[in-house]
Amino acid sequence: MENRVVITGMGVVAPNGVGLEAFSNAIQHGLSGVKFFSNLKELGFSCCIGGIPTVSEELKREYFTELQLKNFNSSGILYGCIAGMDAWKDAGLAISESADFDSGTVFGAGTSGIDKFREAIYKLDDGKVRRLGSTVVAQTMASGVSAYLGGILGLGNQVTTNSSACTTGTEAILMGYDRIKAGKAKRMLVGSTSDNGPYVWGGFDAMRVLTYKHNESPEQGSRPMSASASGFVPGSGAGAMVLESLESALERNTTIYAEILGGNVNSGGQRNEGSMTAPNSDAVQRCISAAIKNAKIEPKDIDVINGHLTATSKDFTEIKNWSEALDLKGSNFPYINSLKSMIGHCLSASGSIESVASVLQIKKGFIFQNSNCEDLNEEITSLVSKEKIPQKTIKKDINIVAKASFGFGDVNGCVIFKKFDR
Amino acid sequence: MRTNEQMISDLKEIVKPYIQNQHGFDSLTEETDFINDLKINSANLVDVVLDIEDKFDIEIDNDSMDKMLNVKAALEIIETKLSEK
Repeated sequence: MENRVVITGMGVVAPNGVGLEAFSNAIQHGLSGVKFFSNLKELGFSCCIGGIPTVSEELKREYFTELQLKNFNSSGILYGCIAGMDAWKDAGLAISESADFDSGTVFGAGTSGIDKFREAIYKLDDGKVRRLGSTVVAQTMASGVSAYLGGILGLGNQVTTNSSACTTGTEAILMGYDRIKAGKAKRMLVGSTSDNGPYVWGGFDAMRVLTYKHNESPEQGSRPMSASASGFVPGSGAGAMVLESLESALERNTTIYAEILGGNVNSGGQRNEGSMTAPNSDAVQRCISAAIKNAKIEPKDIDVINGHLTATSKDFTEIKNWSEALDLKGSNFPYINSLKSMIGHCLSASGSIESVASVLQIKKGFIFQNSNCEDLNEEITSLVSKEKIPQKTIKKDINIVAKASFGFGDVNGCVIFKKFDR
Repeated sequence: MRTNEQMISDLKEIVKPYIQNQHGFDSLTEETDFINDLKINSANLVDVVLDIEDKFDIEIDNDSMDKMLNVKAALEIIETKLSEK
């Protein structure tokens, strides 16, 4: 028999809030985490704004030992470990003395320790390879974040890192879900992280996909679904969830945030209008439809869609794909929101941070607002009624949220969260 | 010229961040083994050697590094490298 899978703990390190309480408060009140960064300006970036979580030296020391912090220079591993350890604690789980063979992790990343890697490259090119020390590999290997978490928590089941660009976080959730559903693990810590700063964001700035119009007004810079959307704002951080078999969660008598009903991942093969950087709409629609079918629900059962919606010209394409896949439009279309209006696009971390926000809506009964779209794109409102794109947070009982993420490489992921009902 | 006590005290300061057995550290002698007595992670021995190089302004070659498993060996190698300067 296949296991039902529930969420029993969450953690988040976001540009507008570190920790579940601060983040939950921030998204309900529309607090922005986007700021101007003078180092981006000095480096000649067109877009000098971004989202970076605030993590003090004191906070670091609540999660890491002095030895772990010696020569430590990986923001992605830092964020991932804080979010992951918080989720573990939130689920009421202890740190095991011996390896816990029933618990594992799929914790995704786009890059690892990019600042550490830069440091190492400078030393290497200076002929000082023997002076690198012991910390370069662990911080720069792609699986760094899952390796750190596995060691800190004593995980003895699968410990791995997935990577699928901006779909990474959503994919990690579905990989952990599949593993528990198949009975191969009781608990999976799932999530994703992204390094911060110029060495991750520079490539996007060069592609001219970041907005350069809001260096003087950072909080208004990220404008999904707006007629004046002019490119995305880069972000960083991490989101994490403890997924658990329903049986194990009930045995432990622990809090259940929501159930994962199912989902789907696929790719457009970079065919039709799909490419390295653009989605094949046929594949996006298939992904959404397959997720709904897998979850055994009907499109009309969806209360809220948490979109990918980055604030580029592709926002309309995404809305059109949702509308066609669900065969719903106008006032029949579900509510839809994008967290990126508050924190920017956290790249490989976006799917997991946004999924934490999606599940908080179910647990606490609200639909968080879309900031910066007072001038809604008219193509979008030709398909979706304005009131379905809330500009102020709505207090409402939420049963089902569909969350999708799309990434470079023409990859898609869609997961269906539902209020837990025995 | 440093005395033996000074050298041990310098070395203690260097290994301090890496030790995972406080008792072994508190009772450190020339016979103390870095891995068995101080529970220093073997990967961190590389970092100890780099910190020694910085402190004494010497360069420790790979062969010497392989032998630096306890306080006594470390002291001998440091002294040899210092005398070659």
